[in-house]
Amino acid sequence: MKQKKFFIAAFAVAAIITGSIIAADHIDAPAVTGQTSDITDMYVFRAADPNNLVLVANTQGLLSPGSTGAASFEENTLIEFNIDNNNDKVEDLVIQCKYDASSKMMSIYGPATPSATGTKSKLEGIVSAKVKVTPYTKTTPDIGTGLGGIKVFAGPRDDPFFFDLNRYKMIIAGTAGSFNNPGMDAFAGTNVLSTVVEVPKSILGGTGTLNIWVETKSKI
Amino acid sequence: MKTISIKLFAVIIAGSLLITSCKKDNNPNVVYYEQEDQFGRPAINTVFNDAADKDAFNVTTPSAMGAAFQSKFQAKLLALNPGYTTNALGLDAATFTTVLATDFLNVSTTGVTTFFDGTNVLTGRTLADDVIDVELILLFGGPAGTSNAALTSDHVDANDKAFLAAFPYLASPW
Repeated sequence: MKQKKFFIAAFAVAAIITGSIIAADHIDAPAVTGQTSDITDMYVFRAADPNNLVLVANTQGLLSPGSTGAASFEENTLIEFNIDNNNDKVEDLVIQCKYDASSKMMSIYGPATPSATGTKSKLEGIVSAKVKVTPYTKTTPDIGTGLGGIKVFAGPRDDPFFFDLNRYKMIIAGTAGSFNNPGMDAFAGTNVLSTVVEVPKSILGGTGTLNIWVETKSKI
Repeated sequence: MKTISIKLFAVIIAGSLLITSCKKDNNPNVVYYEQEDQFGRPAINTVFNDAADKDAFNVTTPSAMGAAFQSKFQAKLLALNPGYTTNALGLDAATFTTVLATDFLNVSTTGVTTFFDGTNVLTGRTLADDVIDVELILLFGGPAGTSNAALTSDHVDANDKAFLAAFPYLASPW
């Protein structure tokens, strides 16, 4: 009980400090809130072609339609998928997504074996695919196709995440005892900046299961 | 021995007028990037870490996460659900939080990819997966997944836009 009270108090303080929505990973921590490096979600799933995997990194969440057109990738922020294919919890391959502001292109490096693992990275390997970032006003997504059938998309998309976050916060705060039915999706009508990469499973290694996570890294 | 050979190497380099460029590791033209955010499974940092740990969690490599965060996750789990014994996966509090503290997504390269589809568990994450309900069931639903029924679904079961059947799969922006 004491622990619970402590948690509620801590959560309330956090809610007051951020004063806004915190969810899947949208503005999950003070250092990344409001930054181009703020990851909202990652998805990894089998592609329409079952020989391929799709990796999705969403950043800069909670964009209203009115603010989406002005949202942009940042060329000093690297988006990096990490793939552990031997279950030692250390990345064996990285797929890096690097934006260039002057050409408005998103380039994909890898999958490549990183020269060093961990929190500090440099670009590895060669550009395997690249694509023009699809502008907000363009209805047909631009799709880049590169080496070995790698595909890439970058640009604004509907945020695929759904959650009655506000009711959850009330439950945690002790002001509600249950969810509503139906609930209300706190992410309805909002956009994110998506980077979507489709790669053949055969170049990711492993023996049936991969461990995958995504990182954003800022130029130093 | 290593120190000696490094010193010797340094002397050789310093003494050589022919070597004009730095060693590869020190090349000033290489741009480095330092980690700011990290994500594996949905809502983990948000739910399990206190404010003071959220930034640290985002820059801790997965191989170090278990040692750094598992015990804190277990305390948070038992604070959220003091009646927790095991969950629908049969995991007690220590085992469940050991899985969660190492924050990456397990992805099958041979079968169905889903957070949970009634049969397959944690083999990926599709756009349509109701990950919040899965997590609520595992947190609050008890061994059968049926306990605390008021807390095991947020009753938002799908996205507000239909996904695409083909690349890039995500729906167009609002």
